[in-house]
Amino acid sequence: MAAPAPAGAIAADGRALSIRDLVKEYRPGQPVLAGVSLEIAGRGLTAVIGPSGAGKSTLIRCINRLVEPTSGRILFLGQDLAALRGAALRRARRHIGMVFQEYNLVERLSVMENLLCGRLGYVSAFRAWARRFDPADIERAFALLDTVGLGDFANRRADALSGGQRQRVGIARAVMQEPDLLLADEPTSSLDPKTAVEIMELMTRLAGARDIPVIVNIHNVELARRFSRRVIGLAGGKVVFDGVPESLTEADLNRIYGGENWQEAT
Amino acid sequence: MIRDQRRWQRFTPMQRARRAAFYLLAAAAIGQSLRAVDVIPEFLQDMPEQVADLFRRMWPLDWGYYGKAVHEALIETFHIATLGTILAIGLALPVGMLAASNLVPWRPLNLLAKLILVSSRSVNSLVWALLFVAVFGPGALAGTLAIAFRSIGFVGKLFGEALESTARGPIEALHAVGAPPASVFLKGYWPQVQPAFWSIALFRWDINIRESAVLGLVGAGGIGMALDTALTLLYWDQAAVVLLTILAVVAAAEIAVTAIRSRIL
Repeated sequence: MAAPAPAGAIAADGRALSIRDLVKEYRPGQPVLAGVSLEIAGRGLTAVIGPSGAGKSTLIRCINRLVEPTSGRILFLGQDLAALRGAALRRARRHIGMVFQEYNLVERLSVMENLLCGRLGYVSAFRAWARRFDPADIERAFALLDTVGLGDFANRRADALSGGQRQRVGIARAVMQEPDLLLADEPTSSLDPKTAVEIMELMTRLAGARDIPVIVNIHNVELARRFSRRVIGLAGGKVVFDGVPESLTEADLNRIYGGENWQEAT
Repeated sequence: MIRDQRRWQRFTPMQRARRAAFYLLAAAAIGQSLRAVDVIPEFLQDMPEQVADLFRRMWPLDWGYYGKAVHEALIETFHIATLGTILAIGLALPVGMLAASNLVPWRPLNLLAKLILVSSRSVNSLVWALLFVAVFGPGALAGTLAIAFRSIGFVGKLFGEALESTARGPIEALHAVGAPPASVFLKGYWPQVQPAFWSIALFRWDINIRESAVLGLVGAGGIGMALDTALTLLYWDQAAVVLLTILAVVAAAEIAVTAIRSRIL
């Protein structure tokens, strides 16, 4: 089959993601995802909300196969991600950036090296070992560090940074991949409210500049409303809400999170 | 009364009975071993005299022996310890990696690696040395291999455990960017285990300096040969020089290792 076209050459619709009947059972008979089907457009930020254990994380990790789906199809860039193995899977993963709740930086490496880790899918292990990265990649990494406001931190070790700074590095690493899809698993849950907004803004801005779709798992309903153009509510491994943020009512939230009284408290 | 019903006990009666039985058994075992050791009272009595006699024979030290035989043997001991450690690290890295269940998620291979590591450790360096002396004849080669084979188990086990205790998050992130397995190891695992690795290597080198000092007793080269010669000929003044040299070298190695380790961590 044809290799995916290089980034930038893909029309917006070409980056659409189609999830069909996705099922994940960690233990047989106990599905965490019970047949999820979603069509996600090739641009814009989609927020996935839902209570803990609803399957948000599993859903997003099935897309880049950090979690193995039990059954179902995930169509992206003209191939079924759920069916890929080995080198083909690695090639597909290069097109999907991911931002994590705990940043998942390599703590003992410098900020610059963490950014260049985003290119590891394109660089041979030998060149990575010898640190012979493409000068163009290094140039881009410097530019990206300026963009995320960490221009002076290239040679700092990642473990010397604050949470917000680390997440900026995490986002920059994902963008270094020149991805066609950005996944974010609770990117703001470990951050203070102000930093959380800044991180969401940064992700929206960088994804907007590349015109790529973003899927964000998020606990904070307000942030979901503010930054997404579509909200998906997950409960018990099923999609129980799907619509624009403006249409998300209190009744919907009760359906997603269960119970009634919790909303008054907040 | 209700209070009595809620009385708290550290051990149940059954546990107490078992503990009592354990202490009794331990006492009986000590008694039995004392009898088996068969201490001869006369020998015990004149022990102070014997020790004093030994020291009198050692004094004055025969410093001339250092230049004649000890110095060269000492250098050889260094070589045996250092080469043996390097060889052990080279062999232990792959075995340690195979033993780490997060790196190699296949149980039979983990168990095989662990078996190799355990068998390396279960044999004492002196026994390894005897084996290699039998194969390669006496000399430094046998000593080096003995040190290496005994160290594989130690280095491999600790390295494997360091690998197993690495954080999963960064590894996951590197898988997510589509990095090939070798790159995931280099940029994900290695930076996390690097301090542990150097610490293990230095620690083992320190131990090996000590161990290679006695290998000469079975003919596997090094300063132990000089000790063996002096002891066989009952030249206690020379033996004392060797013992003091070993003490000084071990102390120096200890100081050096501590200094280096505090720098790299």
